Order: sequence, then C-alpha cells, then structure tokens
Amino acid sequence: MDTILQAARGAFDLITSGDRTLAEIVLLSLKVSISAVVLATLLGLPLGAAIAVGRFPGKRAVVVLLNALMGLPPVVVGLVVYLLLSRAGPLGGMGLLFTPRAMVLAQAILVLPIIAALCRQAVEDAWIEYQEQLRSLGAVGFRAALTLVWDIRFSLLTAILAGLGRASAEVGAVMIVGGNIDGVTRVMTTTIALETSKGDLPLALSLGIVLIALVIALNAAAMYVKEAAQRRYG
Amino acid sequence: MVVIVKALLILAALAFPAHAQQKFITLASTTSTEQSGLFRHLLPMFEKNTGIQVRVVALGTGQSLDMGKRGDADVVFVHAKPLEEKFVAEGFGVKRFEVMYNDFVLVGPKSDPAKVGGTRDIVAAMHKIKAARVPFASRGDASGTHFAEVELWKLAGINIAKDKGPWYRDTGSGMGPTLNTAAGMNAYALTDRGTWLSFKNRGDLVISVEGDQRLFNQYGVMLVNPARHPHVKKEMGQAFVDWVISPQGQTAIAGYKIGGEQLFFPNAK
Repeated sequence: MDTILQAARGAFDLITSGDRTLAEIVLLSLKVSISAVVLATLLGLPLGAAIAVGRFPGKRAVVVLLNALMGLPPVVVGLVVYLLLSRAGPLGGMGLLFTPRAMVLAQAILVLPIIAALCRQAVEDAWIEYQEQLRSLGAVGFRAALTLVWDIRFSLLTAILAGLGRASAEVGAVMIVGGNIDGVTRVMTTTIALETSKGDLPLALSLGIVLIALVIALNAAAMYVKEAAQRRYG
Repeated sequence: MVVIVKALLILAALAFPAHAQQKFITLASTTSTEQSGLFRHLLPMFEKNTGIQVRVVALGTGQSLDMGKRGDADVVFVHAKPLEEKFVAEGFGVKRFEVMYNDFVLVGPKSDPAKVGGTRDIVAAMHKIKAARVPFASRGDASGTHFAEVELWKLAGINIAKDKGPWYRDTGSGMGPTLNTAAGMNAYALTDRGTWLSFKNRGDLVISVEGDQRLFNQYGVMLVNPARHPHVKKEMGQAFVDWVISPQGQTAIAGYKIGGEQLFFPNAK
C-alpha cells in the first residue's frame, strides 16, 4: 500500500514538475499512437463498411477472421514488423528499424482490425435498418456503405477510441521495433517496462498513473468534441 | 501485404518527416551497461567530442549479437567472450577489442538457506544450492549473464539442463526482471555487480558470494562487418570503438561510480 501512495504522490510531482524528458516521452507516445490510429481509421472504416454491405462468398469466414484479429498479440506484430524492416528483411533497405515510423506501422497493424471489425458490426446493423430507404434513394454498394458510415459517425468514435486505447496501452510491439532508445524511440509504456526492470517500482507506477490520466484526458476531449459536433450538425 | 506496409510507411512519414541528417550510430549492447547508468555517463562525452549520437538498443548478449548478424546495429558491445569470438570468426564482426570488466555476484536471501554466505568459492556455493534445492532464479534468456551462469554450473559438475528441478526458476527475462523475481520469491540469483548496485527493489536479498576469480566478467566491443552489411556506418562506428579503448574513454569508464563504488574497470590493451 505504501508503494501505491508513494507512486500516486510521485505521479502528481511528475505532472507538476514539468520535467522535460517526461514531456518529450509523453509527446512521442501521443504522436506515435495518434498517427497509428489515424492511419488505421483511414483504412479500417472503408474496409469495415465494405465487408458489412458486401455480399461475397466466404464473408462469414472473413468476419470471423477480422474479429479474431482484434486479439493480435502485440509481441507477434512487433516481431513480424521487425523482420520486415530488419536490414536482412525485405524492406531492410529503407533503414526504418528503431524509428518512430516503424512504431507507427506496428501500432497501425494492431489497431486496424479493431476499428474495421467494430465498424463492420455498426454499419451492418445500420444497413439492416436503412437498407430499403437507401435503395429507394438509389444508393447501392460501396456508396451506400460510405453514406452509412457518415450517418453513424458519432457511434464510430467509440471504435476509434478502442483503437487508441489499444495503441497507447501496448508495449510489446513498440519495444521490439523501436528498441526503447533514449530520446529517440522511448515512449510511456517502454519507460514503464524499463523502470520496472530497474526495480524502481514506485517510479514505474507513477509513470503508469500519468499514462492513465493522459488516456482519460484524451477520451474526455473526444467526448467533448463529439458532443459539440452533435449539437452543431447532429 | 508488403504493398500495404509500404503505403502505411509512406503515410507514417507524414507524421515523422526525416530530420536534417543527424550523425548517429546504432549500438547493440547489454542491459547491464545501459541500466547501470554507464552509457548515460559515457555517451554524452563521446557525442561532445565527435558530434556522433549513439543510439543504444539494450538487449541480452545473445540478442545483441543477433542484431549485429542481421545488420541492424553498427557496433556491438557485449560480455560473452566465446560467443563474441565466434561472431568475429564467422565474419559478422571486424575485430574484437577488450574494453573493461566488472564481476558477477551471487545474491540471495539474508537468511541464507543454502548456507553459502561468507565463502568466496562460487563453485562450492553452486553445489550447495543444488544440494539444498533452494530457489534459484535464472535469466534463461541466452544473455551473457545466463551464459556465465551455465558455465559455473558446469564447473561445479552439474549439467543444469538435465539436473534442474522445481527449485530452478527459469525466468526467461532480463537482469532486472530476474532480480525482481528473485526478490519476490527469496531466491538466489547470479547478477552483474553494476545492475545490482543500481537495482532498487532488493527486498531481503543481499550479496552472498563475491570476489571469486571465476566471477570475472569481461566486456568486448566490435564493429559489425561492413563487408557483409554495406550500410554499416564504418567510420563513425570505428570512431566509437577507438574512443572507448582510448586513454580518454578508459578514464571515463573508470570515473563512473554509484555511491562511491566504481562499477567497471577499464582493461583495454
């Protein structure tokens, strides 16, 4: 219990101290995870919508696979991306291993199935409800799907936030492809893992509290933006 | 698949545009050198002298050497002489230079259930631990420390792969996590002195055995072979190798202390 109280106080001190190293680590975490989520959203929403309204053989198998991929183990994704980007791998010539870009790639791969799968379900439900209407308006196929995505955009925010949660929480993938290099690829979760392995558990927990506070703040901001937008355009 | 990955990478480049070429090398090294704080002491001096930033990826010795083999590091700085010599002999490294040493210590619970405290004879201590079947936490991760531990069991005439029992806890993790585990279950563990001195979550653990010659821990540095991996930054990498074995680098290593205690002893030839 002592450790936890000590950590809570430590977290407060860390936030109020305005420590520059910590600020840089926080900033990098946000940049990497948000970039990954933006990429995964750009790909995942159309993909999920297309699967939802599409009629093709093996659709159920695709849905099962997509749902299962939501549970991709970060460490496996990290390993695959590592092997792809390693100098000895197929994309080694780009020299991107141990860079933030590699970390964005790994997290985008992790987040993509989450956003696509949740979007697929939401669009499918809406499709069942509005199918007739859309048909009578002459909207069919992929165009109808995109109309639906736009219609339910506020509900899809939850899918995107689920993706953000995954990205900001994972450590396995960024540790492998980023290498946890001080000042270059060190993010919140890898710092927490590092301090834990140094045996500085109170500091590790303090950083954990800072990370959780950050995720709560992001979600609150998303909620605020959503409500403001709903009032205006709802 | 590769096309999608490439597309994602191009998009990722929007968030992280390439900066004006900063001069840097990638150094694959061990957790002991990084986590003991040695690099934080050493690397700023090198960077100030040469303008070259050193990006450290801290892994076990086995994994660091593998990084070098794949060409993902420019320089490898590790501690398992036979493995390093093999690395150079196979043409992955150019030449191995000895840099410094420190020593391993056997840590264990204050209550000392195996009665090994006070002796200097590490081999006898390993015997006693095996005979008493008291918990022993092993790295089990093909690191330099793990390699050294297996050698010590061998010296004690024990084939640990075969003779281990439930008392032998193979953690498969880094030095810090292994010490956390040892502290949690009051187990004995072999650790390098640097990590031990900077380790904070000791619980009831204390040093049980130290000072045996067989606990000597030599570090070596080598440039990854540019003949095998043409993109290796050979001038900058060699500059780093030259610097750590130079009188200036060696003095800097000797100057690193925690609580007044020197952690690494330079011995470049």
